Amino acid sequence: MNAPDQSPLTSNFSPSQSPLGYPTNLLAPGQTYETVNATIADVPLKPAPGPWWVGFIIASLLLLMFLVAVTWLFIKGVGIWGVNVPVAWGFAIVNFVWWVGIAHAGTFISAILLLLFQPWRTAINRFTEAMTLFAVCCAGLMPLLHLGRPWVFYWLLPYPDTMRLWPQFRSPLVWDVFAVGTYFTISLLFWYLGLVPDLATVRDRAKKLWQKKLYGFFALGWRNSAAHWQRHQIAYLLLAGLATPLVLSVHSVVSFDFAVAIVPGWHSTIFPPYFVAGAIYSGFAMALNIIIPVRKIYHLEHLITGRYLNNMANIMLVTGMIVAYGYFIEAFMAWYSGDIFEIYMMMNRAFGPYGWVFWLLMLCNVLVPQALWSARIRRNALLLFVVALFINVGMWIERFVIVISSLNRDYSPSTWAMFYPTKWDWMTLFGSVGLFLTLLFLFIKFLPMISISETRELVAEPEKATTP
Amino acid sequence: MNHPASNGRARPQGAPDGSASRPYQRETDEFVPGSNEWPDDLSRREFLRLAGATLALAGLNSCTKQPLETIVPYVKQPEIVIPGKPLRFATASQFGGFGQGLLVTAYEGRPTKIEGNPTHPASLGATTVWSQADVLDLYDPDRAQTVTTGGAIKTVSDFWDALNLAIEPLKQNGGAAFRILSEPISSPTLLAQLDRVLQSFPAARWAIWDPLNRDTIAGAEVICDFTKAKVVVAFDSDFLYAHPYALRNARDVANRRRVIEPHGAGMNRFYAAEPTPTITGSNADHRIAVAARDVLPLAQTIAAELGIGVATPRNIENADWIAAVVRDLNASRGESVVIAGETQPPELHALVAQMNAMLGNMGNTVAATPALSLPGSQIAFGDLVEEMQRSAVELLVIFGGNPRYDAPADFNFADAFNKVKLRVHHSVYFNETSRHSHWHVPATHFLESWSDTRAFDGSVSIVQPLIEPMYVGVSAHEILEAVTERSPRSAYEILRSHWSGPEPAPDFEAKWRRALSDGVVTEFQPPSFAGAGQSIAPAPSATPLEKRQRSEARGSQLEILFRPDVSVRDGRYANNGWLQELPRRFSSLTWDNAALISPELAKAAGLNNGDVVELTFRDRKLRAPLWIQPGQAKHSVTLPLGYGREIVGGVGRNVGFNAYALRTSDSLWFADDLTIHKTADRHWLVTTQHHHDVTGRGILHDGTLDEFLADPHYAQKPEELPPLGYTLYDPSEYPYKGYKWGMVVDLNVCIGCHACTIACQAENNIPVVGKQQVGVHREMHWIRVSTFYSGTEENPRITHQPVPCMHCENAPCELVCPVAATAHDNEGLNLQIYNRCVGTRYCSNNCPYKVRRFNFLEYNGRLSPSEKLVKNPDVTVRSRGVMEKCTYCIQRINAARITAELDQRKIRDGEIVPACAQVCPVEAITFGNMNDPRSRLMRLKRSPLNYWMLGELNTQPRTSYLAKLRNVNAELVRSD
Amino acid sequence: MNKTYGLLAEFSTHEKLIHAAEEAYAAGFRKMDGYAPFAVEGLAEALGKKNRLPLLVLIGGIIGGTGGYFMEWYANAISYPINIGGRPIHSWPAFIPITFELSVLCAGLTAFFGSLALNGLPRPYHPLFHIPEFDRASQDRFFLCIEANDAKFHPKETRAFLAGLGPLSIKEVPE
Repeated sequence: MNAPDQSPLTSNFSPSQSPLGYPTNLLAPGQTYETVNATIADVPLKPAPGPWWVGFIIASLLLLMFLVAVTWLFIKGVGIWGVNVPVAWGFAIVNFVWWVGIAHAGTFISAILLLLFQPWRTAINRFTEAMTLFAVCCAGLMPLLHLGRPWVFYWLLPYPDTMRLWPQFRSPLVWDVFAVGTYFTISLLFWYLGLVPDLATVRDRAKKLWQKKLYGFFALGWRNSAAHWQRHQIAYLLLAGLATPLVLSVHSVVSFDFAVAIVPGWHSTIFPPYFVAGAIYSGFAMALNIIIPVRKIYHLEHLITGRYLNNMANIMLVTGMIVAYGYFIEAFMAWYSGDIFEIYMMMNRAFGPYGWVFWLLMLCNVLVPQALWSARIRRNALLLFVVALFINVGMWIERFVIVISSLNRDYSPSTWAMFYPTKWDWMTLFGSVGLFLTLLFLFIKFLPMISISETRELVAEPEKATTP
Repeated sequence: MNHPASNGRARPQGAPDGSASRPYQRETDEFVPGSNEWPDDLSRREFLRLAGATLALAGLNSCTKQPLETIVPYVKQPEIVIPGKPLRFATASQFGGFGQGLLVTAYEGRPTKIEGNPTHPASLGATTVWSQADVLDLYDPDRAQTVTTGGAIKTVSDFWDALNLAIEPLKQNGGAAFRILSEPISSPTLLAQLDRVLQSFPAARWAIWDPLNRDTIAGAEVICDFTKAKVVVAFDSDFLYAHPYALRNARDVANRRRVIEPHGAGMNRFYAAEPTPTITGSNADHRIAVAARDVLPLAQTIAAELGIGVATPRNIENADWIAAVVRDLNASRGESVVIAGETQPPELHALVAQMNAMLGNMGNTVAATPALSLPGSQIAFGDLVEEMQRSAVELLVIFGGNPRYDAPADFNFADAFNKVKLRVHHSVYFNETSRHSHWHVPATHFLESWSDTRAFDGSVSIVQPLIEPMYVGVSAHEILEAVTERSPRSAYEILRSHWSGPEPAPDFEAKWRRALSDGVVTEFQPPSFAGAGQSIAPAPSATPLEKRQRSEARGSQLEILFRPDVSVRDGRYANNGWLQELPRRFSSLTWDNAALISPELAKAAGLNNGDVVELTFRDRKLRAPLWIQPGQAKHSVTLPLGYGREIVGGVGRNVGFNAYALRTSDSLWFADDLTIHKTADRHWLVTTQHHHDVTGRGILHDGTLDEFLADPHYAQKPEELPPLGYTLYDPSEYPYKGYKWGMVVDLNVCIGCHACTIACQAENNIPVVGKQQVGVHREMHWIRVSTFYSGTEENPRITHQPVPCMHCENAPCELVCPVAATAHDNEGLNLQIYNRCVGTRYCSNNCPYKVRRFNFLEYNGRLSPSEKLVKNPDVTVRSRGVMEKCTYCIQRINAARITAELDQRKIRDGEIVPACAQVCPVEAITFGNMNDPRSRLMRLKRSPLNYWMLGELNTQPRTSYLAKLRNVNAELVRSD
Repeated sequence: MNKTYGLLAEFSTHEKLIHAAEEAYAAGFRKMDGYAPFAVEGLAEALGKKNRLPLLVLIGGIIGGTGGYFMEWYANAISYPINIGGRPIHSWPAFIPITFELSVLCAGLTAFFGSLALNGLPRPYHPLFHIPEFDRASQDRFFLCIEANDAKFHPKETRAFLAGLGPLSIKEVPE
């Protein structure tokens, strides 16, 4: 639909560089409404490219493995895992915390950056919001699988029970149910609200009738009217305002699972901030791990420019330092408290049977990310991808260290024991990754993966796109 | 001999019928062929039998057996049976031939729990771990279930005919080729019958074989009164655990060690010298680890110091220990006990007897056991085997035991056995000996048949059955009867007529019934019979111990020790899941035996736990995994007996190695010249406790008597603890008016016998999970006994600590449960509501004492019909996915509450006794109402020794401990 | 049936649209709406549109929070009080997290469904969808529609007025 009288809106600015030499423009030169529409909105309407199929098939095979592991779990019980007494919490909880953490980047980018009027969220917020949703799906499953009797999971919800039984609201696990539930709902609404106008675009560009019908249905009859836009923007802003404290609360609540308990290594006031920082840390890492390949496959470099990667890298560096500080403070407080249990816990963590895991954690989460000080690495998509990979692994290990190496030697030496994961533990972990990727690939295939309307804004107001 | 229905051996592991409290099986052997081998009608018939068990009860009343059929329908209910209400009956079991008084609980004629008989002097209400486990054997589907010959099922009358056929020809020459082999017998009736048989066959002979025999003490058996003993010196003696009078000994010693207030702290001092740690040694104030071969020289030196004989001119280590012992013995003449174990040679026992006599203990603290007159014409086991070798034996009837498995290796029993023309074996289980006998006759379990027995102290009990035989079963009485009589009477008739004599006294009936209900025969003596009055044990002539040459300067060569296993003993309990899973003392090994070696030896030879070594002894070789045992004598290697069974049920199969393979008649207990060398193999040994060091935490408070007297409150370490009742909350919110249950565990008297663990398992339907699950730390015991070491690794101080649920008032577990599946009741019990539990396991994480247990898998899923019968109907059988833990035996609390409310009164102090407290031989566990200041519980809790485990966490536990005290000898502290 | 819904003017840029909107408002038109492929700042104001959403969201949040706390208090302190580890029956600090989460949840639901409701969505059919060019309202074109039910609406004069604003095209939208 190239209109002859289309004015070249973006031709009047050239790629600019910040004094420090970072890429500053959020939009490659020469973008028109139409180029934007075409690159983004036509993806769902065209058949998927080869790489997509490869990825999708691998993902669904992993998902299959997940289903096998879960089926066997339901048949036999959690005994198929490595959990025991004292280490009664195992991979399920580790994975849960890990996934919830990953989810956080999405909300952070779409909500907090929106409130801060950071234009560099535009091209990635949709993407990371989707990531949030799917990560929360994986996270939400884990506690359910973790239960000894999963078929009665609904007992954690308040409902008028014939025996007048209620959840025990002092338990952090019940807080989790509400926190994660709320988080999922709000993220879903936020994401969908943003999608509606773009779905309308796809609807209007669709050629095939079924596409028109399908996207038309989900577009809810959106007409781009000024009134719509106004309420839409307000609602969007309000949701962002709500999501901001929410995202901080969710991982704080998750950290309460540990902080409220009396287990040495869990019972610590540093946990909420340090968990939130870790969450955003791992979230951005995961976002990069996904965006970098997708950007390549779908040739989105002119929309997701180097500036995005650079900024995300900066955030990782900051949160990474906060996390490192958290590690340090934990050790310091153990020593400073003079509490023999805390001191022993710290020694056990670093030099006990799981010591090597701890040092692996230091490598992945503290040492490797220091590379991000270098602008060259921040601008090099490939290296950035590798660093992000390390951080993702590192954050999983962090949760392993917190959960397992605290429990395996707590107060009562006569019951100390080791935890060794079984093949079912590993299948559950990698299987959940499969679930996550499968959902993500479906999203990439069927929905506009970048907010078209917001990108149009950048096209319409080029100055926004270049503010360093 | 392997018809599926005839024994457990042929039944595949994991088959629904073949699992005596079967360890949890992997899913792989779920539907193995044979799992449906249990004939349907058999289980039904068995079911009728159990319904018919009411007969046993009715029978006990009227003391006459009625035909089974009349009461099967349960139409006319015997007046004493109230459904759901348990009945208790006094009976007795055997331990190495000595009686143990028991009190058995039965529901509708189904025995479910065994307790000690308080009126029985050898029990005083406590039991051993084995008595606790006996009830599981009763329902073991692997028991022999039919008379068999060559694998074919036969009827009992077939056997009677065969027996008569075999005996007739023997009558000519007075039964010259007729031999009887039995375990030690103390049953007056059985001995009388035996005597009758031996008189009708003048040339016949009988022999006793017990792999754990006490022949070395032959005649020198003594009973000690430890309540009078200020000083106790034990030479390689486990008189607190592996001794026929252990329960009584433990109680008496405890009464001399219990300290509550500084005043009246008349604590005895206890020295022990032993080669390998035993329950007894671990409770000594001063224990030294010496090789078994050095015990006699050690004793000789002490004796010499005391003025008996002359010291062997060999320089002995532990000079200061010897000096201290001598000083204390001299200081308390007439108030001390010197005791030696059956594992030591007769010389030592003679010497010990001299010492006791010379110290004036004889008659004060030590007395000879009443002799039991045995029939004559007895020969030693060794001689019997030698006769068999000569093929001089045509008929051999073996009562119980398993000689083909546990006879000394040098006897070459297998060959000799095969040379006997007709071999008859009578035993509860179909074992190695049965396998190679012509006839195997299932013996009745002691809960199934009538008999009598005699305790170590001579007191006699009637063994009365609580249930009709589960399977075809014959008692020894009936077989001996059949040898002489044409038509054997029932065991009951035999027993009763023996006691009543030919013409019963008019008051016999009354006395008889009192004897039955009391469980001890007090009012009449067992009628004597014309037997050559011999001492209780066979003449030691045959035991080759005297022949031993004790070579000088054995220096550092290794010594081999054979010891009964603390769980399976000589192997008779190999198929008992409760005992297999009961952690072995100190090592806390389960489902295995291991060669115990000293840390020094391990270091020197570079050996680690689980390494498989090859032991070479007297040209015989044996491969065994290792366990490094602190406190083990430097050059001693202990081999626990009773494992490596071949013909055994599913539970005992492939468990451990058979140490009998190395045991020879001249080295029954220990000998030199053992060599070991490491192999490449390793064996997976599983334990329930990996760390034996309290790492300076407020878990275990112990000290010395002197410290305590100097500062009675030292054990409470007030600076560590928050002020009592220190709380942010309104203390009046939960006042706990009415009852306020609590418990005290007195570490000072606890000997660490683990009876509480197994009693709890029996009372609370705790499943057996098996080696693989224990290996991943999923054992289910509600009360564990932690063992802690302090001091040097070579000879550590050992402390035992039973840990049940603490029932904290500020319970950390409850706070974190999302569904309130664990909560407090208004009496302060920390409840676990199984059917509300969703299994988050958060409570277990948050329990600082780690007393909670989780059903990671369906551990009760594959119980055979008979195994279901052992379950306590008052306790829920937990299913997969729920948490469980100690409930203070809430079912017993409620039972007491019901009775109390029925006669409108409060529950009396001591009316509620949890299973762990009831079984405890030393009364270390006390339960009661904390709102009753006069209760025994509160008297203990007021003691300055009372402390909270991990008290600084301010969980305010209802279970508290009395600190452990050691009455150390000041002179020895330095060297200690 | 030839009843008209309104007149639809098409513009090429958002600046033009805003200008047109201001003109129309000045000319006294009220029943009108602008359509743009993205949220054009100031357009709604130029058309004189108001918004009550924030108030609703606030109310939603308050209801959620108080409701949540009440539920916890009722469940654990009134309906079925249990002694949990000796903690107070009414442990208010422990009830805070859920109170917060529920405030956010209810506020969020109000914001989402509120905005849809006020926008009259979902609405599969609308007269404007008759106009093929209107598809571009979601892509690259800007429209101003003066509706027929506006008091000052007159088929001829209004069309002339719109033509004066320099649109690319003017279409009549049938009802």
